[in-house]
Amino acid sequence: MAFLEIDDVHKSYGHHEVLKGVSLNVERHEVVCLIGASGSGKSTLLRCVNALEEIQGGEIRIEGDTVTGAGVDLNALRRDVGIVFQSYNLFPHMSVLDNVMLAPTRVGGASKSEARERAMQLLDSVGMQDKAKSYPDMLSGGQQQRAAIVRALAMQPRVMLLDEITAALDPELVGDVLEIVRELAHGGLTMLLATHEMGFAKEVASQVCFLDAGSILERGSAQQIFEEPREERTQQFLSRVVKSGRL
Amino acid sequence: MSASGLVTDELQPPPTPSQPRPVVGLAVVGLLLALVGIALTVIAALRLRDYNNDGVISTIVGVVLVLLSLYPLLPAAKAFAGDRERSRLLRDDKLVPARRASAAAREEAQIAMGYSVAAIILAGFLLMAFANDGGVAHTFFTRSAWNASFDEMIHAFWTNIWVAVVAQVFVLIFGLLLAIMRMLPGRAGAPLRLIALVYCDIFRAIPAIVTILLIVFGAPLAFPSAANWNPVWLGIVSLSMTYSAYVAEVYRAGLASIHPSQSAAARSLGLSYTQTLRTVLVPQAVRRVIPPLLNDFISLQKDTALLSTAAIAEVVLVSKLWESNLFNLSPITLAAAFFIVITIPQARFVDYLIDRDAARRKGA
Repeated sequence: MAFLEIDDVHKSYGHHEVLKGVSLNVERHEVVCLIGASGSGKSTLLRCVNALEEIQGGEIRIEGDTVTGAGVDLNALRRDVGIVFQSYNLFPHMSVLDNVMLAPTRVGGASKSEARERAMQLLDSVGMQDKAKSYPDMLSGGQQQRAAIVRALAMQPRVMLLDEITAALDPELVGDVLEIVRELAHGGLTMLLATHEMGFAKEVASQVCFLDAGSILERGSAQQIFEEPREERTQQFLSRVVKSGRL
Repeated sequence: MSASGLVTDELQPPPTPSQPRPVVGLAVVGLLLALVGIALTVIAALRLRDYNNDGVISTIVGVVLVLLSLYPLLPAAKAFAGDRERSRLLRDDKLVPARRASAAAREEAQIAMGYSVAAIILAGFLLMAFANDGGVAHTFFTRSAWNASFDEMIHAFWTNIWVAVVAQVFVLIFGLLLAIMRMLPGRAGAPLRLIALVYCDIFRAIPAIVTILLIVFGAPLAFPSAANWNPVWLGIVSLSMTYSAYVAEVYRAGLASIHPSQSAAARSLGLSYTQTLRTVLVPQAVRRVIPPLLNDFISLQKDTALLSTAAIAEVVLVSKLWESNLFNLSPITLAAAFFIVITIPQARFVDYLIDRDAARRKGA
């Protein structure tokens, strides 16, 4: 039994089927990268795992416990499953510190001082301690994304979903954010990430899945996928990425 | 030859240097307007002095007004001087300096026009006030009528302020509840959504004055215990009921304007629907709706005057009593002044709050 099991998941918006039976197992401490063109369903899959989207078929299990369908305590599930978004989605009316402390105090049952201490520790570890009192609009994209990662980490999730978290960043800011993800991976955090940073995927992924038109077309080790892709669509996708200078 | 279809070698013809624009026409218009403004101001000042029986203060005020009305002559003169400068530079073939001189002179001419038009408007207003042998001034601006009614009027105006403030608090709370009711999810929320919708539709449709009459005169008939209430409270209830319907729409628009990603981020952290509303959506929505909310509040303050139809002793009712006593409308003008005096600071205060919030978030 894998830690996170995605079993034949179907998702449609109206008549448009976005996920056409996706199955994927993620073991504990594993880092799985989802690659594929825009619209292939990477983000949707992540949002389904976090139950931000309802699925129409299949099942998602965490440690054998079904977390989809009626009757699941979604708020409890989401405490275990953190997600970081492409557009950061920090709360603009709160300081960075309040952003990070919100969930631990409101749903994690931590006291204010505990939460503050832990938040400051986390901010410190990503080099943001001096930005604790700043508001999101005052920060660069890279700083905002680091704050968003810290916000998700503050709930001590057992699995992190990262949804193209560097796609909206200026190139010179990408490194700082990826450095944090690298550290999390080395620390043994289970992660499922959608990304266009192929070099990074190659480096951290224990498994790479290529999504095409709503299903996983090919999966394997990073080396196998990037160096000897078997499927023609994978080869086309990767050659386009190479042409754009991103690999 | 270009190597790509995206780039062409064809060039546009070189531009011809633009000539300095003409000045004289504008300068003449500026001068004429200035003269009209001065003439009207002189007439108005004379009327003002006549009306006040050649009093010292009115003479001083009149002289000051006339002196102020002379001001536009200065930019008008500068405009003519600028025009001569322009011609001189053109003769010397100094094109760029001539363009600059003409631009500066046109600007001066426009300044003369702007100030002259303002003088014309003000003088026209004064002339209107002293029209009909001072009949207008006598009817609306009689000082003795103001002195006689002031104490009672200001006392009655407290009722207006008090009603407005209490009703605003009710409206803030009740309007938010209505807005949230209209956004309740799922089938369980459907009947409540419908009730909130019908409420907003009905109370935005009924004129406030009708609601006031129904509640203030109807409630004591329907609930005998309400007959012991101070009717002011019934007035507060009716204004709150009407304005909650408007404010609910304002809140709803504010909540709808928050990007769904904010809600997704809050939910993804494990916050419940209610917690998301309270900590993420409502605080952001309220900041965004402050200006339209204030608009509704100013409107509510003014509508406290409608309570006069329900025989509640607020400022307009009292001013009407004085009006029929004195056969003079000046007490009603005084009531208007009261409303102006409390409204303008509020508008400025909210501007200040908005600026402060924006500055704080931008780190200035």
